[in-house]
Amino acid sequence: MARLTLRFVALAYLGVLLVVPVGVVFYRTFEHGLGSVYDSITTPAAKGAFWLTVEVAAIAVPLNAVFGVLAAIALVRGRFPGKRLFDALLDLPFAVSPVVVGLALLLVWGVDGWFGGLGLQVIFSLPGIVLATIFVSLPFVAREVAPVLREIGDEQEQAAATLGANGWQTFRRVTLPAIRWGLVYGVVLATARAIGEFGAVSVVSGKISGETETLTLLVEKRFQNFDLAGAYAASALLAVIALATLIAMTVLNKRREDTT
Amino acid sequence: MSVAVALRPSRRAPSGALALGLSTLWLSLIVLIPLAAVVARSVDGGMGDFWASATTKQALDALQFTLIVSLVVAAINAAFGTLVAWVLVRDRFRGRGFVNALIDLPFALPTIVAGLTLLALYGPRSPIGVDVAFTKVAVAMALLFVTLPFVIRSVQPVLIELDREMEEAAASLGAGPLTTFRRIILPNLVPAILSGAALAFSRAVGEFGSIILLSGNIPFDTQVSSVYAFKQIESDNIDGAAAVSVVLLVVALAVLLGIRGLERWRA
Amino acid sequence: MIKVNSVTKRFNGFVALDDVSIDVPDGSLTALLGPSGSGKSTLLRVIAGLERPDAGSVEVGGEEATHLPAQKRDVGFVFQHYAAFKHMTVRDNVAFGLAIRKRPKDQIRRKVDELLELVGLAGFHSRYPAQLSGGQRQRMALARALAIEPRVLLLDEPFGALDANVRADLRAWLRRLHDEVHVTTVLVTHDQEEAMEVASNLVVLRDGRVEQAGAPRDIYEHPSNDFVMGFIGPVSSLDGRLVRPHDLVLRDEPGEGAEEAMVERVVHLGFEVRVELVRSGGEHVVAQLTRTEADELELREGSIVWLRPPVSGAPRTPDRPPAAPLS
Repeated sequence: MARLTLRFVALAYLGVLLVVPVGVVFYRTFEHGLGSVYDSITTPAAKGAFWLTVEVAAIAVPLNAVFGVLAAIALVRGRFPGKRLFDALLDLPFAVSPVVVGLALLLVWGVDGWFGGLGLQVIFSLPGIVLATIFVSLPFVAREVAPVLREIGDEQEQAAATLGANGWQTFRRVTLPAIRWGLVYGVVLATARAIGEFGAVSVVSGKISGETETLTLLVEKRFQNFDLAGAYAASALLAVIALATLIAMTVLNKRREDTT
Repeated sequence: MSVAVALRPSRRAPSGALALGLSTLWLSLIVLIPLAAVVARSVDGGMGDFWASATTKQALDALQFTLIVSLVVAAINAAFGTLVAWVLVRDRFRGRGFVNALIDLPFALPTIVAGLTLLALYGPRSPIGVDVAFTKVAVAMALLFVTLPFVIRSVQPVLIELDREMEEAAASLGAGPLTTFRRIILPNLVPAILSGAALAFSRAVGEFGSIILLSGNIPFDTQVSSVYAFKQIESDNIDGAAAVSVVLLVVALAVLLGIRGLERWRA
Repeated sequence: MIKVNSVTKRFNGFVALDDVSIDVPDGSLTALLGPSGSGKSTLLRVIAGLERPDAGSVEVGGEEATHLPAQKRDVGFVFQHYAAFKHMTVRDNVAFGLAIRKRPKDQIRRKVDELLELVGLAGFHSRYPAQLSGGQRQRMALARALAIEPRVLLLDEPFGALDANVRADLRAWLRRLHDEVHVTTVLVTHDQEEAMEVASNLVVLRDGRVEQAGAPRDIYEHPSNDFVMGFIGPVSSLDGRLVRPHDLVLRDEPGEGAEEAMVERVVHLGFEVRVELVRSGGEHVVAQLTRTEADELELREGSIVWLRPPVSGAPRTPDRPPAAPLS
């Protein structure tokens, strides 16, 4: 009896917060038929936004993947003063507000910023968006790979060394295969975060349609312009990507469990 | 002869040092230097200016609202998150795996979309006739959505690992289910609940995307600090923005350190 | 004290207990003995109320208890892995049963002091289980179970997780404790030596069924079948019959009903000596002698001895015909 009550309350809570809102968005989106949705997401602005978002993720995520693996190795296998500090700093992007991130980039790369004198066009153009996206998706791969590295221990790597493998060979043939599921999972999380970034990008992008307008910025613009249907359509697209991410996460989690 | 002895540490050290060097460089370039620039800008005109910018009525109202609503949201998460984790771990029902996967939705969904979905449901033109948009409740709803997974994911592994025999021992000693929960299970969950709630709190404090659409952004009423900072940037009051940003950073750092301290105490 | 009547318990099609009935006499120390999977732990948990039987009934202290939850059965349970409340001190662990019964504070304090003294953990009040050794944790668990003054004490392989020498010490200690405290105790073990040493009443289980029940000596000397005989003590096979290795007689000269055998190996195990022999037909047999006997025979690898089967009256199972002279 108590069990059913608990179950009901828990599911009701999740339903109210999670399921119903997302359901409503899809409902609103397709309210006026598939045709108008298709039109909405194939405007030049929408296509531009989509490809920009993809481009930014395609740059930011691989860079963070490399960083993530290096950072995980440093954290788990390394012995150096300040390791705890490094570990703590790695969590900063989780805790910092996106607006602060945008401001920070403005202050460094803006015309009056620290590196402004270099004459690079960062703010209000692609590099700025990429830097903001890298910032917010930075820790994901590291945080997924580190525990895996810790768990497998370095015996296999030692064995490889005794068999004559050098650092790079050991890494490629022993370490990398061992961490691959953690790596993939981290990449999926980082990609979702990159695609979904809004606040920081809001500050550093000029929101120039077709050039510096990501999908998330497009949603906002359409909303501000009272193009609700358009905003819902773009949102639905993002929601579909999010659901695909969820599925990938679930499948990968199963894979990880099976191989541990 | 032992192989481990034959292996000299210097063989591994170079790759470790390289990894460290490169990753520190990247971390500095991407994260540390930009954040340092914010701090530097905020104290650019001296501590007096910083203080003035950080304590305008609007800034303080925003900060107060932000902290309070984040605390409330963290507390709600602590309670309901534990409940959901309990049901997911201990109960068995059709679709449990599906529900479990759904918990990660707020991690996967862009915050702007989250704001839009909540607006769709609880704002004007709501299908269920509720219009709470542009009020503090709307902000709280957005934050509840965005921070939903933290406590649940923090408590789940602890619940799974919990020694069931402790509960059986308590039962054999005469404890009923409620007593067992209160005296045996809950004390073992508290550290996980606290660190999950702390993460939820720090996330809520900085949240922007899901709120920008929702809150009417009437100053003095439903403005959160991140939106206030954004408005300052838009109206070119960089000093004001920087000052508020530093306050937010301090809060974030304090929570991060708090969580680490908690984890050390737990061990 | 405890009566189990025709209890059956299934787990997903696997039959853990099949129509099991046992009687636990008041004040006894009864051992449930059997190999892994014999159902002994399940039976203990059914008695405790931690499992519900699919059929049959359980009586504790003369009262019907089959549908009573563990909480209400007034049994003390000790787990193989201690199940210590790791977030509480030793004092709070032991006091738990009394604290939830809302006994007055000083009564609790006195009882806890008394029990910690009894189990040899005086002064450990403020330690946490993580700071105790395995043996100490188990003694704390015992004190905790005894604190509620249960009608019955149930122990589920309590020494299984401990080192061999700690196990031996605690075994002896448990026997002494039972002599002092006199609470009806049921102990589950797969170690027949432990059961023989500690218990006054033995129940041997296999595959969810009771093979034999009775006093340890009776079971040893009159096993009801081959399995019990083989489980409860060492056996040697002689022409398809089971005999105890120490009942085989070795002589250095031929005699009535004896046959020739060659010594393959002599293993000295302290006081006992195990002699591995091969008979003229090629069959391998193991005999057990005292050191004195072995010395007198001057046994060596390759020596020839004369082997005599046990005299009549030695333990054998009813399955087989009585020991006949070797042809």
